[in-house]
Amino acid sequence: MAENNRAVVKLKERFADALLEYKEHRGEVTVTVKKESILEVLKCLRDDLRYNFLSDVTAVDYLGQEPRFMVVYHLLSIPNKDRVRVKAPVTEADCSIDSATALWNSANWLEREAYDLFGINFKNHPNLVRILMTDDWVGHPLRKDYPLQGPDREPYKGRLS
Amino acid sequence: MASEIMTLNMGPQHPSTHGVLRLVVELDGEVIQKITPHIGYLHRGIEKLSEHRTYHQTLPLTDRMDYLAPMHNNLGYVLAVEKLLGLDVPERAKLVRVIMAELTRLKSHLVWIACHALDIGAMTVFLYAFRERELVMDLYEMVSGARMTSNYFRVGGLSRDLPAGFEQKVQEIVDTFPGHFDTYEGLLTKNTIWLQRTIGNGVISAEDAIDFGISGPALRGSGVDFDLRRDLPYSGYEDFEFKVPVGENCDTFDRYKVRLVEMRESVKIIDQALKKLKPGPILADAPQVCYPPKESVYNSIEGLIHHFKIASEGFPVPEGEVYMAVENPKGELGYYIVSDGGNMPYRMRVRPPSFVNLSAIEKMAKGSMLADLVAVIGTLDIVLGEIDR
Repeated sequence: MAENNRAVVKLKERFADALLEYKEHRGEVTVTVKKESILEVLKCLRDDLRYNFLSDVTAVDYLGQEPRFMVVYHLLSIPNKDRVRVKAPVTEADCSIDSATALWNSANWLEREAYDLFGINFKNHPNLVRILMTDDWVGHPLRKDYPLQGPDREPYKGRLS
Repeated sequence: MASEIMTLNMGPQHPSTHGVLRLVVELDGEVIQKITPHIGYLHRGIEKLSEHRTYHQTLPLTDRMDYLAPMHNNLGYVLAVEKLLGLDVPERAKLVRVIMAELTRLKSHLVWIACHALDIGAMTVFLYAFRERELVMDLYEMVSGARMTSNYFRVGGLSRDLPAGFEQKVQEIVDTFPGHFDTYEGLLTKNTIWLQRTIGNGVISAEDAIDFGISGPALRGSGVDFDLRRDLPYSGYEDFEFKVPVGENCDTFDRYKVRLVEMRESVKIIDQALKKLKPGPILADAPQVCYPPKESVYNSIEGLIHHFKIASEGFPVPEGEVYMAVENPKGELGYYIVSDGGNMPYRMRVRPPSFVNLSAIEKMAKGSMLADLVAVIGTLDIVLGEIDR
């Protein structure tokens, strides 16, 4: 049960106001927090619960929903051998969130990739420039409204979330 | 004498850049001051493509990322989809997956030792390791029909059972490969040039390795005792006995030793799996997900319709999200899949170990000589297909 998960118990105690949702699915715990608190939450998980390894930072585009984007962090505790997923919703109008590079260097390239492909701005990132696409590329290819077959094609109109 | 910083472009087609990697290196004499990696030449858009294909149709895209370890890419993906579905696969399929995954680790590490040795100037090891790799490639061809893009695993099991004579061929590998590893060690481990080029080169401490998200043999080379197969087991790895080697000095030599020991341990795992292998089904009893047997497709209209329906429409996957990571030869290869209940992934993210490992290259090589950078690239064992996706 998600209520008994050590990350959920700790975050409920420390960040009751910032905690938007927590759930368990297929044995994986997901915690959704307000984006304003993301750095404090990640720091608490790293320092107090020994989730010392940031495996991944990515995003999901829920086009048609508000808030449109969800920034997703996958944390791993090497000493305790368990994982937790942290998510933070980001709106299209204010498409930004604090950078986790202050906590882990691994966030550097992963956030640059999310910026490049989704257009999410990571505030205080030391070098937020495109990493896979060229500097002058227009648009963010992993957004749902970016044409599958590339620029100058019809925007994708099929599946909305 | 006044010194001046010189900028040198290394790659994207330099022999040591292992694909298409361009490094802009700033040098003070021969000492590296700064490295700026440039990636993104391949742009295959696998994550985007998979959002427009059924779960079965996405599978062939995965083995094209790390083309040195295709079955590991297949494995991570099918395990993620199976987790989303809540589907368990038969014992025989799990064992065959373990055998193929460990053969893949051998195959990938053989290319690593070949290229790494060649980068540093040892031609003979390159020829020997590629000779042995061909034997594993023959097994790939036996089971999947392809030497590289295997597409062998399926959601729910395997695409077909092992062909006749396969187990004997694998047994030959189990019996002969430790002798080959002795040969490589004989050529390298006490070779003065090799030792001088690798010991104390590309050092990254355990704390820094974790901070940079380095995983796999590179992390273990820095003394971190963590292996997903043992610590977060999948596909029945908890039933095997194997050692997880770790380094002490966090340098290129330690990463070399870790991978060599890993190859020996892979042979032991394959041996154990072969002994456990019993006849049985290779696909889960889930007709809404798994393709029917070929005899049924060719000989009955029901089988043909069943096949056609799964091939054209796929299968719906319950709403939810999972992250499934496997210990690929390069490190933690993770698949994060979000399903909206449809027959295609709503979002599929690949957590690529080579991409994250490469981000530490400046940390590892700054302050050393330009020639040492070649050894650092080799010791990271990067595959650009996975970095660009």
